[in-house]
Amino acid sequence: MPAETAPPMAAPLLDVRDLCVSFPSRGRMIPIVEHVSFTLGERDILGLVGESGSGKSVTAMALMGLIDSPGVQITGSALFRGQELVGLPQKQLRRLRGREIAMIFQDPMTAFTPVYTIGWQIDEQIRAHERLSRKQARARTVELLAEMGVPDPARTADRYPHQLSGGLRQRAMIAMALSCNPSLLIADEPTTALDVTVQAQILELIRSLRSTYGSSVLLITHDMGVVAETCDTTLVLYSGRVAETGPTDALFAHPGHPYTAALLASIPPLDGPRPHRLPAIAGAPPPPLERPAGCAFAPRCAYVHDTCLPAPPPPLVPTGYHPLTAQPDEASAHTSAAGTSPPPVQFAACVLPAEGTPLPARLTHSELSTKPNFDTPDQALPPPTSFSSGEAHQ
Amino acid sequence: MTAEAPPPPGPWRQAMRGLARNRASMAALAVLVLITLSCVLAPLYARDIARTDPFTSNVAGSIMLDGHEVDIMQPNDNPLHLGLSPIGPTGHAAYLLGADSQGRDVAARMLYGGRNSLLISSCAAVLCLILAAAAGIAAGFFGGLVDAVLSRLMDIMWAVPVYLFAISLSIVTVSQGLKLGPFVVEADSLLIPIVIIALVYVPYAARPIRGRVLALRQAEFVTAARCLGVPRWRIVLFDILPNVTTTLVVLGPLLMALSLLAESALSFLSIGVQAPAASWGTIIQDGEGLIYTRPMVAIAPGLAIVLVVLALNILGDGLRDALDVRDAARRSS
Amino acid sequence: MMMALLRRLGQTVFVLFGISALVFLVFFATPGADPTARIAGRNASPQTMEKVRQEYGFDRPLPVQYATMMKKLFITQDLASYVDRGELVVPEIARAAPVTVSLVCGAALIWVVLSIAMGTIAAAMKGTWVDRGLMMLGLIGISMPVFWLGQVANLITQSRYHDTWLFSWVPGLGYVPLTENPWGWFKALVIPWIVLAVMFIGIYSRVLRADLVALSGEDFMRTARAKGLSPTRILLRHGLRTSMVTFVSLFGLDFAQLVGGGALLTEVVFGLPGVGRLTYQALTNLDLPLIMATVMYSAVFVVLANAVVDILYLFLDPRVRDAR
Repeated sequence: MPAETAPPMAAPLLDVRDLCVSFPSRGRMIPIVEHVSFTLGERDILGLVGESGSGKSVTAMALMGLIDSPGVQITGSALFRGQELVGLPQKQLRRLRGREIAMIFQDPMTAFTPVYTIGWQIDEQIRAHERLSRKQARARTVELLAEMGVPDPARTADRYPHQLSGGLRQRAMIAMALSCNPSLLIADEPTTALDVTVQAQILELIRSLRSTYGSSVLLITHDMGVVAETCDTTLVLYSGRVAETGPTDALFAHPGHPYTAALLASIPPLDGPRPHRLPAIAGAPPPPLERPAGCAFAPRCAYVHDTCLPAPPPPLVPTGYHPLTAQPDEASAHTSAAGTSPPPVQFAACVLPAEGTPLPARLTHSELSTKPNFDTPDQALPPPTSFSSGEAHQ
Repeated sequence: MTAEAPPPPGPWRQAMRGLARNRASMAALAVLVLITLSCVLAPLYARDIARTDPFTSNVAGSIMLDGHEVDIMQPNDNPLHLGLSPIGPTGHAAYLLGADSQGRDVAARMLYGGRNSLLISSCAAVLCLILAAAAGIAAGFFGGLVDAVLSRLMDIMWAVPVYLFAISLSIVTVSQGLKLGPFVVEADSLLIPIVIIALVYVPYAARPIRGRVLALRQAEFVTAARCLGVPRWRIVLFDILPNVTTTLVVLGPLLMALSLLAESALSFLSIGVQAPAASWGTIIQDGEGLIYTRPMVAIAPGLAIVLVVLALNILGDGLRDALDVRDAARRSS
Repeated sequence: MMMALLRRLGQTVFVLFGISALVFLVFFATPGADPTARIAGRNASPQTMEKVRQEYGFDRPLPVQYATMMKKLFITQDLASYVDRGELVVPEIARAAPVTVSLVCGAALIWVVLSIAMGTIAAAMKGTWVDRGLMMLGLIGISMPVFWLGQVANLITQSRYHDTWLFSWVPGLGYVPLTENPWGWFKALVIPWIVLAVMFIGIYSRVLRADLVALSGEDFMRTARAKGLSPTRILLRHGLRTSMVTFVSLFGLDFAQLVGGGALLTEVVFGLPGVGRLTYQALTNLDLPLIMATVMYSAVFVVLANAVVDILYLFLDPRVRDAR
């Protein structure tokens, strides 16, 4: 997209362009992540969504420079505050890691070294990056734990990982990640291993980080619910490629890619008539080596037709949906009245929008259903019926 | 569902393929096969190549080397030529590695000795695996009293150094033989070292098996089988045992390596293979007295042991990687 | 806590009892193993046999014999050898123990230091020729029979190269007490130390490397890297420290077995009058009291070491600390 027409936004904190990661196996390079691009602004929360194996964790690990398996190939560019991360020597990466870019992991049970206390491990990170005495570091640790809502932080700091509950451990993990005030926090499935109630608390905590710490967050998850609750922007990955990206609200209200639509359809609705059976996507994502030449989702897609199959996978195109025109009754309406057409914000790697047959808006939530539908329903394809049966193709 | 792809290779086949790709393991296997074959062919070597009888004393004999007749026992090279030493390595077919203190062909004895060493160590390994599997599965699967009794028994066996234990048992049996009711085991029977070595390594092998079974018992397919009312013996036979076999297969070569070392140690202390039969350990013992004058007598069988044990260890490592068994024990002493 | 301690004590006593009973049965109740004939000599007359039998109490029931022996060994400590008449067994072991302890401690120091170095370096350089070379060396070390290695070492240092500057300092075989001549003690033991340590260096470096490599895939190692720590710190403070849990438990058992007489082959080859050799001599003479005493000594050591390992575990692994 042309840079000069971008909305008034500060230079992005993280600008990823065409990131590709391939692993060697038996003499061949297996592409795990292909041409992933996104930007993350200051104090933004970006959700990276995808099934397991879609390459979302690999993307994060590549950004952190944590992939060190022999022969791995990482190409493309990832500018962090203008500094290229791809190919940065480990020594300089090390200085960024933990201080500028911090990471939270999925399983707080195993993410701490079992033989040291929580406090020791947080102190260690602080002292690795800042010249502080043991005492000063511990004071900061206790303070951080307190801010993360850990009860009795001074005593908790002296406890071993196995002595804490999952939720407390994840709070400690976040405290450790934030200990050097990083500008970017990568959270890899931070709530997956936790109880639902604890999940909500942790998400709340992550959401609050941007105001209290000014951190941007790259949230990796497979849970659409988590994304909806937490993220400003969403990026949907499918089989190592970007399927769709856009503001979370827009993307949820108006998925442009059949995969996104199917993912959203598989969430049970909170109200309205109870569906007889929850729709599921038939089949499984292709293994990296058997990825179709064209759209990777084609074999499972209900809208698949000839143009989807030939070689280059469909590029990201605007979905034709603009949040500004979609909400004419709101205060922002005057910008569109000014005559300039607003820049597109939502993109999908699908041929449908380009062919002029975008997906229909998704109107499950009651609040959304009250909004006017500006699409042309007569142009949309009929909703698939075989989509949900789970036995369509195998 | 109609177009059937050929079924993917089973886990065993896959593991064997992985092993075949592992060059070190294949080299080790080749070495083992080669050594085993040459040991099997020992009588041919003794009869047709070395032309000696490696089991009778030949102190007064002589051999033809390059047309000269040479005594097997030769005067020492000290100034006074006091005493006699057996002939050293000749570099000829006869007495290739020299003679031992009784004038016997060391090369031929090594091949015969290898037969016993390999036979004892492989049988001991198999027997040990069987006993350990029985004990480990019983302790792991039935738990409770069975586990407590077996575990304490293992504790007791662990508390005695392995070699001391083996030596104690050997001394008692080797001096008298063993009479158990109608069964009489002669004192010089190879069964004695086999059974003793197998016995002392049972705790070593049973521990990882028990651990594996304990994990399996919690596995969902076992729970499922129980819920279905499958009899326990069927669960052990069809659910537990097949999943323990990988551990057994990996332990096999490692146990054989340990057994070979133990056998050579017992024979070295003259409580393993009994004269006139030979094993690599007994030859090393024969060579002990000659170590400064005719070191080859002791060095050669030692090298054979190192080679075989090394090959077995490499093979075991390769199997472990191919079968992806992580918890198979790796200690010895 | 008290209960756990008592149960532990009970187990220990049970194991010790089991061993003594086992040894007793092996030597007294094995068919055909009549100690009377041993003591009386080969062609003793029936009268002598009878006299010996009465004198040593072999005509009494087995449990009584067992109890008498245990009493003499542990309480009155006046158990005497059957073979060297009147030679008290307990002081004999007390004389042999320092030799074995000297041998095993020195070897242990060598093998712990070298195996940690080798294992850590190999893990750090995983996949390189350094890694493969070190691990192959370790494997060769494991594959060598210790008595054979000892002979080869003797051949080199005592005979073939003894006259060169390299090994001219090596004294003849035998033991020099530390209290008499520390330097002589050291010189006499260097070669045995190395020979005994070789196999353990192999085992421990390989175990440690495998542990470290397995650990490098763990989540907490990834966390440590994400924290921006240096690779050395990650490997040593996080990897090695966690591996020490396995390492120490392995070490405790091996060390105890060696001190308890497992170093017998090394002692025999190097002519060191240690416990292992004493046991071996007792066994070849079928000197029952001495066998009983040495085996019990060894068992006590192993059982004690087990307890020590358990306590060390508490320090090394906080998870175990809470489990009991």
